[in-house]
Amino acid sequence: MASILSVSDVNKVFEGGHEALKSVSLEIEEGEILALLGPNGAGKTTLISIICGMVNPTGGSVRVGGHDIIDDFREARRLIGLVPQEINLEPFERVLNTVRFSRGLFGKRRDDAKLETILRQLSLWDKKDARIKELSGGMKRRVLIAKALSHEPRILFLDEPTAGVDVELRKDMWQIVRQLKEDGVTIILTTHYIEEAEAIADRVGVISKGEILLIKEKDALMSQMGRKELEIELGAPLDAVPDALAHHALTLSEGGRSLIYSYDTAAERTGITTLLTDVAKAGLVTRDVSTRQSSLEDIFVGLVEDAG
Amino acid sequence: MNFEAIKAIYVFEMSRFFRTLMQSFISPVISTSLYFVVFGTAIGSRIESVEGISYGAFIVPGLIMLSVMTQATANASFGIYFPKFMGTIYELLSAPVSFFEIVVGYVGAAATKALFIGTVIFVTAHFFVDLPVAHPMAMVAFLLLTCLSFALLGFIIGIWAQNFEQLQLIPLLVITPLVFLGGSFYSVSMLPPIWQTVTMFNPVVYLISGFRWAFFGTADVPIAVSLFAIALFTGACLMVIWWIFKTGYRIKS
Repeated sequence: MASILSVSDVNKVFEGGHEALKSVSLEIEEGEILALLGPNGAGKTTLISIICGMVNPTGGSVRVGGHDIIDDFREARRLIGLVPQEINLEPFERVLNTVRFSRGLFGKRRDDAKLETILRQLSLWDKKDARIKELSGGMKRRVLIAKALSHEPRILFLDEPTAGVDVELRKDMWQIVRQLKEDGVTIILTTHYIEEAEAIADRVGVISKGEILLIKEKDALMSQMGRKELEIELGAPLDAVPDALAHHALTLSEGGRSLIYSYDTAAERTGITTLLTDVAKAGLVTRDVSTRQSSLEDIFVGLVEDAG
Repeated sequence: MNFEAIKAIYVFEMSRFFRTLMQSFISPVISTSLYFVVFGTAIGSRIESVEGISYGAFIVPGLIMLSVMTQATANASFGIYFPKFMGTIYELLSAPVSFFEIVVGYVGAAATKALFIGTVIFVTAHFFVDLPVAHPMAMVAFLLLTCLSFALLGFIIGIWAQNFEQLQLIPLLVITPLVFLGGSFYSVSMLPPIWQTVTMFNPVVYLISGFRWAFFGTADVPIAVSLFAIALFTGACLMVIWWIFKTGYRIKS
């Protein structure tokens, strides 16, 4: 698929010397959902702010739809919609007015029919004449999305879209994001909720201390880097791993009821058959066997810790 | 040129004004009436005329200028400061809008509001005094230029201000004293010679003098000098704004 956003060697040093981004490069394909994961202060918002024109890069270049964000800023920005992390809305404005304002800013003629479609899609149409201050937090987030979509962008940036919202609303947001993807919008979202990336992203990027540590297809990342655990539930609890099984690098669960074996799914031999045979030879009674895939969170924590 | 963006900013700003239309309308009417009662009737009754003009009529250009300058500055500074304060400025910075278009939108709206208030005072004054206008075109031109230049100044203040106190600082401590001491309620020729010299360093003197000339055909300073002064002031404001947007001063890191 064609690349719609290209970030090359971008770095940012703020006044005072803080280096927020270090030679960041990435390519975003049209129509995908990329989740940019990173702890607080990793540089996620700085990267988005540079792409959207709110922060000047110290070096490097960014092209959106083939347009340079500085030399050809109008064409580049026309393609982008931004939903900021903070709920930045004028409290006394009415919903439809503020969405209309956003559309105008992006050079689009007034089109109330189009805005009605967007507001209906976001379940905001019956609130169109309400003042922003009368809306709930979730509704305000939807208004921010409506504003960002008002000029029909091809790329949507969602900066921590579900930070501080309840579980129900978070799932609601994910549904909206999936719908937008179906409509052909490319979505880049930053988050520090692993669950969010796992649920909706096609690709996952991990950023820490201003550096992109990796970008991979989510499924490939999980199968490539994910480790599995085999849990052997025993008939009787143990005090320690028997000597006969010491070479299998097993750990004993709390209470001694299970043996835990960690293995690499990508390896040629997992060692499971030998292990189960050795367990039987050791005279242990097996009550149950189960496996567990390590989550994106485990991968993320591992990567960030390695980088630290 | 992104005309739709200019229109969007202008309409958005004007809608804020129309939301509070009654306050916007009544406030200048009441304050002008009070000035006429205090200065025109109470004090003015003891002053026969100034340069052959009744004192009540003499103060009208100064009153209009006083309101226009303060309103243009206040509206423009608030207009751009509020998005900074609320965080909504992210939209302006991420939109395909040039800085010139942003200035036209905000300054245009602030100048329009000030012009509206100046017109309201002009009309209100006719209920109190006979008000001839010797040079109508010049009056309109001076009014428009003053609205524009002080809206530009307000825009600069709005960008510079980091809190509401700073937003009020320059209008209260600089503009209002300069307007009061700029010959709003007196002719410069009524001052002792030393103060006549000092007052010439006040740029507002040139604006009020030129505006008064448009009404009565008499001025403290030659009309050409007044025009040059307002052009210089407008040019200086434009230069500062150009620099602000070139460097991203206090809006872009």
